[in-house]
Amino acid sequence: MQISGAEILVRSLQEEGVEFIFGYPGGAVLEIYDAIFRQNQFKHVLVRHEQAAVHAADAYSRSSDKVGVALVTSGPGATNAVTGIATAYMDSIPMVVISGQVPTPAIGMDAFQEVDMVGITRPCVKHNFLVKDVTELASTIKKAFYIAKTGRPGPVVVDIAKDVTQAKHEFSYPDSVQIRSYVPVTRGHPGQIKKAVGLLLEAKRPYIYVGGGAVQGNAAAEVTELVRLLGVPCTNTLMGLGAYPGSDRQFLGMLGMHGTYEANMAMQNCDVLLAVGARFDDRVISVPSHFLGAPKKIIHIDVDPSSIAKRVKADVPIVGDVKHVLAEMLELLRASSQRPDAQALAAWWQQVEAWRDRKSLWYQPSDELIKPQHVVQTLYEVTGGNAIVTSDVGQHQMWAAQYYKFDRPKQWLNSGGLGTMGFGLPAAIGAQLANPDATVACITGEGSIQMNIQELSTAKQYHTPVKVLSLNNRYLGMVRQWQEFFYGTRYSESYMDALPDFVKIAEAYGHVGMKIENPADVEPAIREAFSQKNRERLVFMDFRTDQSENVFPMVGNGKGLDQMDLPPHMREQGGEAADRDYGNLC
Amino acid sequence: MRHILSILLENEAGALSRVVGLFSARGYNIDSLTVSTTEDATLSRMTIVTHGSDEVIEQITKQLNKLIEVVKVIDLNESEHIEREMMLIKVRATGKEREEMKRMADIFRGRIIDVTEKTYTIELTGTSDKLGAFIEAVDRSVILETVRTGASGIGRGERILKI
Repeated sequence: MQISGAEILVRSLQEEGVEFIFGYPGGAVLEIYDAIFRQNQFKHVLVRHEQAAVHAADAYSRSSDKVGVALVTSGPGATNAVTGIATAYMDSIPMVVISGQVPTPAIGMDAFQEVDMVGITRPCVKHNFLVKDVTELASTIKKAFYIAKTGRPGPVVVDIAKDVTQAKHEFSYPDSVQIRSYVPVTRGHPGQIKKAVGLLLEAKRPYIYVGGGAVQGNAAAEVTELVRLLGVPCTNTLMGLGAYPGSDRQFLGMLGMHGTYEANMAMQNCDVLLAVGARFDDRVISVPSHFLGAPKKIIHIDVDPSSIAKRVKADVPIVGDVKHVLAEMLELLRASSQRPDAQALAAWWQQVEAWRDRKSLWYQPSDELIKPQHVVQTLYEVTGGNAIVTSDVGQHQMWAAQYYKFDRPKQWLNSGGLGTMGFGLPAAIGAQLANPDATVACITGEGSIQMNIQELSTAKQYHTPVKVLSLNNRYLGMVRQWQEFFYGTRYSESYMDALPDFVKIAEAYGHVGMKIENPADVEPAIREAFSQKNRERLVFMDFRTDQSENVFPMVGNGKGLDQMDLPPHMREQGGEAADRDYGNLC
Repeated sequence: MRHILSILLENEAGALSRVVGLFSARGYNIDSLTVSTTEDATLSRMTIVTHGSDEVIEQITKQLNKLIEVVKVIDLNESEHIEREMMLIKVRATGKEREEMKRMADIFRGRIIDVTEKTYTIELTGTSDKLGAFIEAVDRSVILETVRTGASGIGRGERILKI
């Protein structure tokens, strides 16, 4: 039987097991929306802005094992989706974004709501397609899902001309897909894996650095087993948080620009570094030459060969699926009786503990002003460390990463690569739909939340009872912090004037709003928000926080990992010199 | 250092712009680019002449391989290879210049493929250096127009780039 292209698309999505589509209708996708109306296998979530559709689909994917799907119309619908697509691309999130296109005869005619979507998104997708022939529609959708979720995952855009959705064709969905030019590597090179294990066993100061690749590659169990088996310290990147349990003793905290003192010092001073699904980016190691100034052997496992030797050359590069490669390393280790030199490892731990004892995340508590760190810590306690936490971008994001100890992968969802403000709320909605029984919290700020605040309406419509914690310091905090440190306290356009009454906004959308101004009220407010009473409701908490608080430690531009700007209490300790006498351990 | 990359890619709409877009987005250089279909109409063969440090060339190769439509990439510099480029050059050929130009074309094993009373159009094939040398050898003022294809390359001997 011949069915329309729109029906073929819907059937294809059903074949892929799609549960939710996040989207917004428009002229070029009317046929598709009609086909969606006439089916009931998957649900459509109507967002209030296309950017939010893509973020929600993205977080739906990040917080599950599924591929997120977004659907937007041509022209402005498509361009609005671009920020979301670039966000997913930078963080390697598997996603299929379907965009409408003007009918094939109108392409290139500057038709109403025409934009070259394939051209615009080319640099920020794993791959994209323009479907101009209905006979190719089903196989293209199959390929799109396959490409999105295999190898290094990423977003795939399928741009479909309107006449294709109207044309008729037989539906047959391919069982498998073979693309001769695309053959992702799974297994690592056995010789390299052996070499890596040998290096780790001979290390005096070994360190394991785990990135988002371990989260996306479902390798958290293998990472954890390896770290414990070797008894070595471990750090996660912003994207890797949860890959190794955040509350474990062997975890030194996040590393990088706002990493803990111990995580960064260990990174700089280790002698053998195992990088797992991480890419040595500028926010992690800062300047490569300084990082490599302290000699170390580097083992680098990544599914994407282009991530290896991009910023830092590896001594033992291993291209492969991190889960597979780690499993093979574990097998070799289990079969061997050799373990790292206990004496050297004890000395290394002693040094690491000395760094940790400096308590780089300590902050001066206050009875008068709400400390943003305290809000995150209280959230951690009240939710028992179990919430799925999304964030926006800025100071609050860093505090969330520093103070909420993520024990599980896919529990922490944030825009790490692109740094997209406005990600948090739609992401929370997507995560809640993927995990209906989970507690979902969105840590945001008064700047970021206003970039997609309209999604409070979507949350109402789909009954996603996420809890929004806005750390409202009346500043674009991270911008203000940089202006304080590097621009002579000239706070150019970073003050958020004319802020709305967020309680009223929340209430206007049909939610619960709370304004919290005293430190003593923080815990009761969070407890109330997460209480049974509010189980089914979205609660918006507007915390009036300390305006002058900064994120520490901080690796300034052009500085090395061991040249952090330290919080005031550490500066008073005057421990700078003490760090340098580390040489006797080598 | 100058490198010649040979790329086998799917002969599909948009494949070329992905390759070109990659070079501009990541700040790599394209000195020349040639592309056309192969004996298998589903495949295109592209030759890109680029330059950069070993690290940059390694990244370019990896990034090219990452493109879904790219089937294979080889750096021809890694072993012996042959490169050829064709140039069509239109030169003024009047009076005694006419004889001189004919002689010059012969020396460079060029062929005169179009003749008017005042001009010759010469077809010249060789390495890019040789074509450059021809341009240097003739008086600049007689060159009316130059069209170069960019280099095409192939491995020497039995080394082949195929699926």
